[in-house]
Amino acid sequence: MSDFGDFFWVRRAEIFALTGEHVLIVLASTLLAVVIGVPLGVALTRRPRLARPVLGFANVVQTIPSLALFGFLIPLPLVGGIGARTAIAALVVYALLPILRNTYTGILSVDPAVVESATGLGMTPRQRLRQVELPLALPVVLAGVRIATVISIGLATIAAAIGAGGLGVLIYRGVAIVDHRLILAGAVPAALLALAADAGLGLVERRLAR
Amino acid sequence: MRTREEAQTKLGISWLKADGLASSVIEFRDVCKSFGSGPPVLDHLSLHVAEGETLILVGPSGCGKTTALKLVNRLLDHESGTVLAFGRDVRGEDPIALRRKLGYVIQEAGLFPHWSVRANVEAVPRLLGWKPSAIRARSEELLELVGLPAGEFGERRPRELSGGQRQRVGVARALAADPPALLMDEPFGALDPIARRSMQREFLDWKRREGLAVLLVTHDLREAFRLGDRVAILDRGRVRQVGTPREILESPADDFVREFTEDEIPAVVP
Repeated sequence: MSDFGDFFWVRRAEIFALTGEHVLIVLASTLLAVVIGVPLGVALTRRPRLARPVLGFANVVQTIPSLALFGFLIPLPLVGGIGARTAIAALVVYALLPILRNTYTGILSVDPAVVESATGLGMTPRQRLRQVELPLALPVVLAGVRIATVISIGLATIAAAIGAGGLGVLIYRGVAIVDHRLILAGAVPAALLALAADAGLGLVERRLAR
Repeated sequence: MRTREEAQTKLGISWLKADGLASSVIEFRDVCKSFGSGPPVLDHLSLHVAEGETLILVGPSGCGKTTALKLVNRLLDHESGTVLAFGRDVRGEDPIALRRKLGYVIQEAGLFPHWSVRANVEAVPRLLGWKPSAIRARSEELLELVGLPAGEFGERRPRELSGGQRQRVGVARALAADPPALLMDEPFGALDPIARRSMQREFLDWKRREGLAVLLVTHDLREAFRLGDRVAILDRGRVRQVGTPREILESPADDFVREFTEDEIPAVVP
């Protein structure tokens, strides 16, 4: 263990830099997924007929192996190429489903009596959404964001395969030269990141649910 | 308390003066409504609520009473006939503006659980863009009226209240913008008998003080006779009889009304 400690200490600058890259990739992709997923989820509650096919499609996309999806994206214009941009695009795809689904169910699970009284008092649909439905759905939406973030932290390690950087770089290097210390130098910080994100967002979620 | 004329001017309602006589606040003229291809929920319904009057719609479940109520504030739309609110066809009105002129109370109150009691009461005045000082004064006044002084209850969340207290907040919220009329759908239906009884008593007092027209839906005949100036007995979308509680008890229009009211007679006749 002290062997690993020394190993880690010597490479601390690189590990910190890669952790920073990792966090940036995850933050960017999760934020984008929120920006796309929340409005889309809300829109689906307004057009229930679209909900099933859209959620079904998102479900199917989720099952594409991540390495394959990274590969598919490389030749595409705008999102494609080698590097972090492609990785972020792929991670958005994976983060989208939990956020989309939780927004949809979160809004639909708001007490119908509360929604009816909001309408009956004379709120416009927009006022009702912003003042009543979204705030009440927020804990559920946030649970989706938490799941998406934890998934993204894990998947982002794979994105190193297409030159996105991040902690996956250490893991791939370790695998290539069969050095378990290198693998751990990437895997341990990634796992800690995931745990921290899970705990932190869980805390916010419980705060909001109260 | 604001006078009714002031309230009406603020809401842009001039129906009282225009007619010179107390016209109906709410009126159903030959209204039909069905859902999909099923049997009609409302079958040529004609009723009116006069100024300051409480009209109760009562009947077995599925008789169309809640549907009728929701036509007034356009939570539902009817197929034929006319629904008038303040003398104007509701279908020509902007639903949002219309709803802000009609207080609305539902079973379990439907309070916003993430807002304080005070914020709930202030909802409609805020939607209407009242001045903050006026909003504050009105919510204090109303919470006082319903026996939940703002100092003690204003900052609580709805879940920290009892069922009866929540219902009081629901009534206060509906009254907040001084609506000339109130729509109530089983407002005391979720309460235990004791809370229910005291809410009914207080309701009569608030109503008298605020000079409101009220259209109230209930399945409880006893409640209907206690609260109603007039009671309309509905069955399968049709009015079987409409009259004062005494008229209905003394001369039921048909067998349905006789049977429907029979059980309650010992309870309501003193």
